Amino acid sequence: MVYDAVIIGAGVTGGMLARELMKYRLAVCICEKENDVACGASKANSGIVHGGYDPVPGTLKARLNAAGVEKLFETAKLLHVPVKRCGSLVCAFSEAEATRINELYERGLKNGISGISVITGAEARKAEPNLSPEVCAALSVENSGIVCPYELTIAAVGNAMDNGAELKLNFEAEKITEKGGVFTVISKNGESVKARYLINCAGGYSDKIAELLDDKFFEIIPRAGEYMLLDKTEGSRVSRTIFRVPTKEGKGVLVSPTVDGNLLTGPTSAAVASAESRETTPEGLDTVARLASNSVPGIDFRGVITSFTGVRASEKGGDFIIEPSKRVKGLLHVAAIDSPGLTCCVAIAEYAAEQLKNMGLRMEKNPEFNPRRENPHAFREMTDSAKNEYIKIHPEYGRIVCRCETVSEGEIRDAVRRNPKTFDIDGIKRRTRAGMGRCQGGFCAPYVMKILSEENGIPMEKVTKNGGNSYMVSEREGE
Amino acid sequence: MLDHDIVVVGGGPAGMAAAAAAYDAGVKDVVILDREEENGGILRQCIHNGFGLHKLGRELTGPEYAAVYKQKIEERGIKTYNLTMVTDISADRVVTACRRDGIIKIRAKAVILAMGCRERSRGALNIPGTRPAGVYSAGTAQKLVNCEGYMVGKRVVILGSGDIGLIMARRMSLQGAKVEAVCEIMPYSGGLTRNIVQCLEDYNIPLYLSTTVAKIHGERRVEGVTVARVDENRKPIKKTERYIPCDTLLLSCGLIPENELTRTAGIPISPVTGGAIVDEHRQTEIAGIFACGNVLQVHDLVDYVSDEAEIAGAGAAEFVKNGSLAAANLQTLPGNGVRYVLPQRVSSEAKEDISLYLRVTQPFGRVCFTVKSGDEVLSTAVRLKAAPGEMEKLNIKSEKLKTAKEPITVSLEELK
Repeated sequence: MVYDAVIIGAGVTGGMLARELMKYRLAVCICEKENDVACGASKANSGIVHGGYDPVPGTLKARLNAAGVEKLFETAKLLHVPVKRCGSLVCAFSEAEATRINELYERGLKNGISGISVITGAEARKAEPNLSPEVCAALSVENSGIVCPYELTIAAVGNAMDNGAELKLNFEAEKITEKGGVFTVISKNGESVKARYLINCAGGYSDKIAELLDDKFFEIIPRAGEYMLLDKTEGSRVSRTIFRVPTKEGKGVLVSPTVDGNLLTGPTSAAVASAESRETTPEGLDTVARLASNSVPGIDFRGVITSFTGVRASEKGGDFIIEPSKRVKGLLHVAAIDSPGLTCCVAIAEYAAEQLKNMGLRMEKNPEFNPRRENPHAFREMTDSAKNEYIKIHPEYGRIVCRCETVSEGEIRDAVRRNPKTFDIDGIKRRTRAGMGRCQGGFCAPYVMKILSEENGIPMEKVTKNGGNSYMVSEREGE
Repeated sequence: MLDHDIVVVGGGPAGMAAAAAAYDAGVKDVVILDREEENGGILRQCIHNGFGLHKLGRELTGPEYAAVYKQKIEERGIKTYNLTMVTDISADRVVTACRRDGIIKIRAKAVILAMGCRERSRGALNIPGTRPAGVYSAGTAQKLVNCEGYMVGKRVVILGSGDIGLIMARRMSLQGAKVEAVCEIMPYSGGLTRNIVQCLEDYNIPLYLSTTVAKIHGERRVEGVTVARVDENRKPIKKTERYIPCDTLLLSCGLIPENELTRTAGIPISPVTGGAIVDEHRQTEIAGIFACGNVLQVHDLVDYVSDEAEIAGAGAAEFVKNGSLAAANLQTLPGNGVRYVLPQRVSSEAKEDISLYLRVTQPFGRVCFTVKSGDEVLSTAVRLKAAPGEMEKLNIKSEKLKTAKEPITVSLEELK
């Protein structure tokens, strides 16, 4: 079959665009090179809904950020993705930085955002008592918030699939041809898909996809950001996201609560060789600890439960690239989506859909489109008595598998079955939080492996952490 | 709401011994809540021997040692709720638990905490590098190998020379894997001497002291690790780095008492032991809630876990019978060379002799421990050597306590 549109990349951009396109009567397929969705920058970022004071006025970033905040909060609600409008403070530690705060305020006004104000250090500390005594001024941003980025991606793809979109995993585009208005995308494994419109949402690899069509007019400059995530015991150090004054390299090391009640610190910003460069380094982790402690003294870094590196898909122009190819008809690039890409994802999807319409894609409203996704956390949000009733009918919800995050067998089985299905340990972790807690899967991994093996009908030795050869165990003894 | 005299949270060695002791002390209405299919806790995966030498006078495997206590539970007709996960314990002793047939709430006259401990994870250790499959805590690997029958890898590096790590070095070797190295960040091993000899030396596995894993390599599965010697601040020394190819990294870098339920109940925790602050009955700062085993302090021998659990069980029974226990009016404090002393409080009215359990700060040769209250010496003991990896036990006669007024301090002096 020939799809109306094939999206390359199941990150938050590709996922949200797929969902947007399902609002119309279209046949859509998402091709993802990994074993799951949300495996690139969408799983490893700050998870912030940015207020919109930072982008340079007049840029696509500024425009989509201003429009995107409310759209994101709204969509997250429809998709049952945890979000919190917790607000943020951008903190100045010197007079020079205080001047920058005033500039950011002015910039925010130019970008048309509301709910921002410049406050004194004392006012900032009144709002956030654990803030450094050295903070001398701050930009208070009321409308910013936090969201779980990988859950948002999973939910977007899942909702798109519930509405008819298809997802091909382990599909790494290796060759793309175009003939008579039809693209053929051939994967490394020799599979192929055909489409009339092709959308490049490949994140850190979007320039490589462009290259496959001889249309590489931009270059992704990957920048790595290292993070440390702390236990819930540290989760209430701050109630807002605490930023430092942004620099050319990014928004700097932040300290933020997460929607799950943990504390997130990071990121650093370092040029790296590729989007694969997801190592943490002693220097990077030290920098995160030092700057986070500088903003919020007293964070107990013995509470770190994991550290990770995300790679931003930056581009030297500094703005998003959301435009049709000038050389290849039917090709749309949605590239260079670095910060505030997550905030803008819904606005980006709408903007990209508009571009596709202008490119000639016939877009007829789909009256059956269901904008909602069933709440995957319905069980954990129930009261004790409701849980009790539910367990009586579904006993597998009474068997707790992950003790740190209190996740039941029923929730894990449910996560394997619903769109987008998962086949690996990390997929379970991102969907249910099993293994996401303080023991990091030490106790539950063997149980989760068994469930994955049963549900997907594969032997234990084929269960992986995250696809490829990330096998957990080798052959059974004596076999 | 159900009612029971004593609820024991956890059916491992501590929980079983505590339940049996409470029963023997005259409180028959005791129940155990355990999350697994059967009692025994971590002992079920410890198929090596060495258990029971002190307590039972014979050498057993983990499952055999557990069987002894399972039998005690059975003989006494003590009920266990298995596949039952306690999700909340309130300060007024209402225990909430989740089961396959629903959520239950039990009101108890006394609660004994026996939840055990967990292993420090890769994340908590903050080892730089990639995040591939093949990084396991030693206990997770032990479960997969011993209980599930799967090998976790073929070429192994172990970080940490804790007892589980040492045992797993031997286990992996016996299963045909090559253990390339055991690295220990400290200048001495945290494991028992007998395990160093029987698990490493007997299998020609090198132990590198003052050495750590500085980086993990591998995109999907571990491909190797960079190990390096560490300086006095335990930071890797760049020029000593070397690469060891391997497909598996096992971590045995310390155990953390699992006190999340304890904390939500509002029970004060010692920052040194990571467990509740207790008196000589192992009663926490909240009356009627007791703690024992690895949730209270990490033990190196299960034999001592059983001893401690019996104290807690008897204490809980006495609490149920009398409605209270004598106030523990004397603090115990670590002095020179001692990291901590447990219990942290004792009563000068104690009817029986009291044992103090403690760990030293670093390895010592021949030492003399002195237990003092003010200037009064309550007891002394000489040991041929002392190490942080081996818990010490010192006895105090109850009559000595009667006259004690000042806090009790335990200190050591190295002898020539």
